[in-house]
Amino acid sequence: MPACIWVFHLSRKVTSLVPESCLLILLGLVLGGIVLAVAKKAEYQLEPGTFFLFLLPPIVLDSGYFMPSRLFFDNLGAILTYAVVGTLWNAFTTGAALWGLQQAGFVAPRVQASFLDFLLFGSLISAVDPVAVLAVFEEVHVNDTLFIIVFGESLLNDAVTVVLYKVCNSFVEMGSANVQAADYLKGVASLFVVSLGGAAVGLVFAFLLALTTRFTKRVRIIEPLLVFLLAYAAYLTAEMASLSAILAVTMCGLGCKKYVEANISHKSRTAVKYTMKTLASCAETVIFMLLGISAVDSSKWAWDSGLVLGTLFFILFFRALGVVLQTWVLNQFRLVPLDKIDQVVMSYGGLRGAVAFALVILLDRTKVPAKDYFVATTIVVVFFTVIVQGLTIKPLVKWLKVKRSEHHKPTLNQELHEHTFDHILAAVEDVVGHHGYHYWRDRWEQFDKKYLSQLLMRRSAYRIRDQIWDVYYRLNIRDAISFVDQGGHILSSTGLTLPSMPSRNSVAETSVTNLLRESGSGACLDLQVIDTVRSGRDREDAVMHHLLCGGLYKPRRRYKASCSRHFISEDAQERQDKEVFQQNMKRRLESFKSTKHNICFTKSKPRPRKTGRKKKNGLANTEATNGKPPRDLGFQDTAAVILTVESEEEEESDSSETEKEDDEGIIFVARATNEVLQEGKVSGSLEVCPSPRIIPPSPTCAEKELPWKSGQGDLAVYVSSETTKIVPVDMQAGWNQSISSLESLASPPCTQAPTMTRLPPCPLATEEAQPFHLPYDPRPSFAFPPSLAKAGRSRSESSADIPQQQELQPLMGHEDRTRLSPRTANSHWCIQFNKGGRL
Amino acid sequence: MGSRGSHAARIPDADSIRRETGFSQASLLRLYHRFRALDRNKKGYLSRVDLQQIGALAVNPLGDRIIDSFFPDGNLRVDFPGFVRVLAHFRPVDEDDSSMRDPKEPEPLNSRMNKLRFAFQLYDLDRDGKISRHEMLQVLRLMVGVQVTEEQLESIADRTVQEADEDGDGAVSFLEFTKSLEKMDIEQKMSIRILK
Repeated sequence: MPACIWVFHLSRKVTSLVPESCLLILLGLVLGGIVLAVAKKAEYQLEPGTFFLFLLPPIVLDSGYFMPSRLFFDNLGAILTYAVVGTLWNAFTTGAALWGLQQAGFVAPRVQASFLDFLLFGSLISAVDPVAVLAVFEEVHVNDTLFIIVFGESLLNDAVTVVLYKVCNSFVEMGSANVQAADYLKGVASLFVVSLGGAAVGLVFAFLLALTTRFTKRVRIIEPLLVFLLAYAAYLTAEMASLSAILAVTMCGLGCKKYVEANISHKSRTAVKYTMKTLASCAETVIFMLLGISAVDSSKWAWDSGLVLGTLFFILFFRALGVVLQTWVLNQFRLVPLDKIDQVVMSYGGLRGAVAFALVILLDRTKVPAKDYFVATTIVVVFFTVIVQGLTIKPLVKWLKVKRSEHHKPTLNQELHEHTFDHILAAVEDVVGHHGYHYWRDRWEQFDKKYLSQLLMRRSAYRIRDQIWDVYYRLNIRDAISFVDQGGHILSSTGLTLPSMPSRNSVAETSVTNLLRESGSGACLDLQVIDTVRSGRDREDAVMHHLLCGGLYKPRRRYKASCSRHFISEDAQERQDKEVFQQNMKRRLESFKSTKHNICFTKSKPRPRKTGRKKKNGLANTEATNGKPPRDLGFQDTAAVILTVESEEEEESDSSETEKEDDEGIIFVARATNEVLQEGKVSGSLEVCPSPRIIPPSPTCAEKELPWKSGQGDLAVYVSSETTKIVPVDMQAGWNQSISSLESLASPPCTQAPTMTRLPPCPLATEEAQPFHLPYDPRPSFAFPPSLAKAGRSRSESSADIPQQQELQPLMGHEDRTRLSPRTANSHWCIQFNKGGRL
Repeated sequence: MGSRGSHAARIPDADSIRRETGFSQASLLRLYHRFRALDRNKKGYLSRVDLQQIGALAVNPLGDRIIDSFFPDGNLRVDFPGFVRVLAHFRPVDEDDSSMRDPKEPEPLNSRMNKLRFAFQLYDLDRDGKISRHEMLQVLRLMVGVQVTEEQLESIADRTVQEADEDGDGAVSFLEFTKSLEKMDIEQKMSIRILK
């Protein structure tokens, strides 16, 4: 046991110090060693084919798709310089220096390599590797500019690497004697063809992808698939045409993101994001593991100390030298010069990785006799850069006090002002008459807005796809989440009104909400607060509720639920229930609205009541309604729930999706059940409850003592079927008080919506408590008897009864005019209409 | 140097302008040529129409306001020093600038505060030192485009003002404006490299 703890602590420490890539390589080494020891030969290794066809694309796509495009284009000049000039510089200087080393006799004569061989080796070893850079730099968190330069370089230098490698390879195969001047020209030309062609292929596929996703409204489920398929198609196409495949996928991801994100649904976006990240990290893991495993295979490599040490030294030296030289030139043109510390990190961050390894494996031993030595050197270089540099770069960054990236939440002001600045700068460039970067970016944005976005975004998306609007939208969602998380207190405490409230036209709604807010403790959306503010006791409860709500269990499940909805097929019953629920909610909302507009629906009043009673009689033991008509599920309470739904929905600014209503409804109930949790009870009350269950009566003596229950025979209890919690509902008085407050808003008594019967899942719940029947209410002075707390201890589940009652009561609006004697068959146990279950 | 000097000599008050704005000789010369090119009738000053002639500026949502900022206090014309003075806001901040300057001297035109002030007065149309909700709404209307409904715009404006508003007067003062942007690298974002 202590060992476990020790290992656990150690692992945490190790992973915080050592980059994942190092650990993976070491793990791969160990695994490879085991395999080698058992099988006597190396079984697995990194096959270049597998690597280039399957392992690399996800990583590149991930990095291209999630590349911060603004930052990327802001620094495009520097990135391109380092990628093209830097890589060429590295390749030639390293190759030439190694050849010089050989001529000087430091490399053993058994390494038979010509100048061209060394150039070939230099070209494959010179490229900074995107996988390694990403793996290390993601953990280092240097500032954004530095990161994008190193990372962008590693992505874009692929074209140069590929061209150099291919050209040198063909030269080697032709034999240096046969290479003519025209071939060099061809090599230079192919550099442009390969890079620009690759980029063009990527952009074409990005265009196709964006266009395709515009028309997937009815087939949402294939949206993520399309993204991956077309991006991969771009990779394969470029690979087929011998263009730079990495560049193609990068450009595809970079180009399509804006439009694809706008077009596909929220869920698809989540799916794309997580699938992409997962695939990329899987591929990354496999690559590093395989690197470790492949290194064990000693039959493939031959060691030469001079070559290895020389290469190590030269790649570090020339990288640094190249960076310094290029930065000096670049700084003449940069607004923000790259300082010395940046240059150190850039030089040191030039990690080599699996691309170099795969390329060196691809060499033809008959043409390149020194292949084995090159393989060994490459392995050492890769291991050195990934392990030693990867390990030390974090302390180095700390020690040099490199500006770290700072993430702060976006604010509307920043977004707006940033746009303002862009426009100002573009305008000033116009005035000055210099068509610089800002001018062209402005031009591009106008072109994009006028034509491209029109063409590639679906109309609805185009309408709302404004960056400022986007930030606003995201802020609202964040608010909504924190609002729910903190039990409704955040908005009131920060003094923020619901930001999107004014955006809705329905004045009545807003005003009602405002009124409710005034009457409530501040969180207008929280029905429970509104309901319980009246008596001091209730206020305490409300405070406690919020305290526990904020402090205990955060109902994060709603997101999971909403994400998975499209992918988990629901059974028909469930779907039906959901639809019924939604319809019901909508209808009620409408009628609620209309009551606010003083439209009276008295006509419909009696019917639902009747049906309600009928059902109640049918389902529960029908004793003891005591002559008083059972009430339907409080309209007010449902309305209030809807009110919440509405406002949450407003916050999400997405009024079209009825699912969201559902979601929010869940949240609400979840919160209600949260308080149950506080009593040390079952979690999972949010789970789907497909069919209501009637829980055997667990009589609680508390009900007896509830003042307003005297003379009434049955106690209806809502049970969340999942938790098998019994919820005797006895908060009617508090409920009624809130009703009366509602009624004061809507002067005509609001009536039960006729759709009451449409709640098949648990009719009992729905037909309870018609709270607008205030005249029927005993309306006692409402207080919870102290003994309430002790009630229901008879069952283990029921220990939470009382709090649950208290909390759930307002939601359910359950009119409880009955009195229950413990353990009598008289009691009615209803099932909670768990809206969470609808999900 | 000779030809440049002779050109520079043609600029009236070149030295005092340079001292005030911090522009290099070359930049000043470039601006002077630009000024002359914009000044079609060789009248020695620019009017609104001259600036409105610049094609791309007409498309810029803030173009009008930026043109307005060249004509402070209701002036109808701007001479070369005035022209340069406005553009001096966008000169990149030099590292050694602040250290070399006499603290008693007024802040250079390209200081962070002055850059922010320039942006601020683009919002603050009535020059009362505050961005009211209405002014915010107007800017948003220009920036966000036609696709967003008026109510949505209003709610964004509300939210934006609320976010920055600290004293609760329903408007954004200059202080609040700078505070809302304190995390942003204004020196970098409001500079144009060629205006050294």
